[in-house]
Amino acid sequence: MTAPTSVRPTTYREAIREAMREAMRRDDRVFLMGEDVGRYGGGFGVSLGLLEEFGEDRVRDTPLSESGFVGAGIGAALGGMRPIVEIMTVNFSLLALDQILNTAATLLHMSGGQFNVPLVIRMTTGGGRQLAAQHSHSLEGYYAHIPGLRVLAPATIEDAYGMLEPALADPDPVVIFEHGSLYNEKGTLPDPPTAVPLEGAAVRRAGTDVTLVTSGGCLGRCLDAADDLAGSGISAEVIDLRSLRPIDDDTVGASVSRTHRAIVVDEGWRSVGMSAEVAARIAERCFYDLDAPVGRVAAVEVPIPYPRHLEAAALPSAERIAAAARKAVLGDG
Amino acid sequence: MTGALLAQYREMLRIRRFEERCAELYSAERIRGFVHLYIGEEAVAVGVIGQLVQDDAMVTTYRDHGHALARGMDMAAVMSEMFGRVEGVSRGRGGSMHLFSAEHRFYGGNGIVGGGLPLAVGLGLADHLQGRERVTACFFGEGAMAEGEFHESINLAALWQLPVLFVCENNLYAMGTALARSESETDLALKAAAYEVPAWSCDGMDVEAVSHAAQRAVALVRDSGGPVFLEARTYRFRAHSMYDPDRYRDKAEIELWRTRDPLRIAADRLLDRGEATDEDLRDIDTEVTEEVDASVAAAEAAAWEDVDHLTRFVMSEGVPT
Ligand SMILES: Cc1ncc(C[n+]2csc(CCOP(=O)(O)OP(=O)(O)O)c2C)c(N)n1
Repeated sequence: MTAPTSVRPTTYREAIREAMREAMRRDDRVFLMGEDVGRYGGGFGVSLGLLEEFGEDRVRDTPLSESGFVGAGIGAALGGMRPIVEIMTVNFSLLALDQILNTAATLLHMSGGQFNVPLVIRMTTGGGRQLAAQHSHSLEGYYAHIPGLRVLAPATIEDAYGMLEPALADPDPVVIFEHGSLYNEKGTLPDPPTAVPLEGAAVRRAGTDVTLVTSGGCLGRCLDAADDLAGSGISAEVIDLRSLRPIDDDTVGASVSRTHRAIVVDEGWRSVGMSAEVAARIAERCFYDLDAPVGRVAAVEVPIPYPRHLEAAALPSAERIAAAARKAVLGDG
Repeated sequence: MTGALLAQYREMLRIRRFEERCAELYSAERIRGFVHLYIGEEAVAVGVIGQLVQDDAMVTTYRDHGHALARGMDMAAVMSEMFGRVEGVSRGRGGSMHLFSAEHRFYGGNGIVGGGLPLAVGLGLADHLQGRERVTACFFGEGAMAEGEFHESINLAALWQLPVLFVCENNLYAMGTALARSESETDLALKAAAYEVPAWSCDGMDVEAVSHAAQRAVALVRDSGGPVFLEARTYRFRAHSMYDPDRYRDKAEIELWRTRDPLRIAADRLLDRGEATDEDLRDIDTEVTEEVDASVAAAEAAAWEDVDHLTRFVMSEGVPT
């Protein structure tokens, strides 16, 4: 690794675009396909300009046929290509869930190790933009449930950029979740960029009193909550899971064993979701180190409503996170 | 039928003025979320829905304002929904993409492309099983015809002979993807006919042409009890949604289609036939604008849902446990 010589300003959106551009320049087998990735530039503008550089063969607009083109991505991966398939949002990905679960995730095992599926699927997730009950959900937990997949949730620009290359190098299917509220996030990338690992959680802020465990679009809210808590003398450690499958139990466990308190923060629904999984793992591993019950801040169990005040009440906020952390540290009183 | 075209003109203008106001209100951040305008396509909703009776049902997409208004849903209640207020047609919970009305048998704006089609088949199945002679009209864009749900639905409707009118609003683009870049067979009626469904297309910019085609189609569904497919060839003058920078269409193409504005075609014909004067049309515009103004005032004055009610309507209420 050479040390970074400089940094360059970018956004989360541009960082993903740049990573795709470099992957396609580097490897002829890599191509991008999905609804409106070409002419339109991507539903969220991520692939803008790639069609002009790589042409229609490698930046393929698909018809509205999620099951068909995701399945075709699986087939192309089997046939020696390295497809990046973009699904506009996680809600629409449910039309392709059959292909992802019943084919991509199972083929290696069913075939006794003969057929692996080196496919990368990217999709937008999350709420907060008043898009109501069919465009706002965080269904990462559905995918993290499935053996045979690797599931990533880049929360930072460095991860958004850096995760793509190792994901493409992975012999098995990788699903990458991009939170819709992050695309405009501004920041910098080291130049030349440093490699990031696919596995392993990251401590985004060190602290001693309570551990906030989160991922993706909730990272910023946890860091805001940690700032707020610092103002009242509570030192919160913030862990970004980065990978939702597999989950890095060691980093989470080591932190909670030190702080003795944990709050799990997830934008998915509370029941049977990511937050339930992470909380259970903390309980399994750190039970005797805990000074307070493991807390959870998750989406309220309602299809996300349109009006701003109801949506805000349904989703985790820095206030709710800070309140849960205070309760864990100070007790109910 | 003297007077019919004038009434249709008024209906189309109501949709046009309503949506123009919505666009302004979106820019002013009074309306949020995804907003998909129907401007340019008004003749389709007005022409088709005019052939339905009160007992018939409708299913549509996120591009649903025109359908709701043409179906007779109260403009103030629709505007209140756009504002997210509790007086909205969906209590504010749905917003632009999810207008509903049980009273109008309006089974909603569905935000999942193709998502409404199986629902329409099921409504038709329920009528069929209960011996009711009702029609379910299902509206969708040409982009939806690439989805498996389209093929599964039309096959079921044909196989089981269900009273469903499939109305494809072919505006030539699915977001940025032109028809020829998403369909191997661009003759959509021909494609539907492969399922043994009577299918034809009409000029979707001419409200009288749509009405005639839809009248025939609805009558056939009612008489035969089986499905019919109607393609309306139309064009959206605005971007896909308020979020869309519209980079994929040629400006000249948009301008060319604007010369076929359904309101202009209807107005010219009314004037030519002497069924209306310029002054009549101006008066209608004034009345419609007043109705839109009143709908905005009502929406502004409408209440917000109480946050304590956030989790209402997740499960049915009043069910003994
Ligand atoms: C299953 C699914 N995939 C993708 C989308 C995103 N999307 C919304 S509208 C649209 C284009 C649909 O085009 P068409 O069916 O022709 O209808 P139009 O918008 O032109 O009225 C797309 C890709 C979606 N809402 N649902």
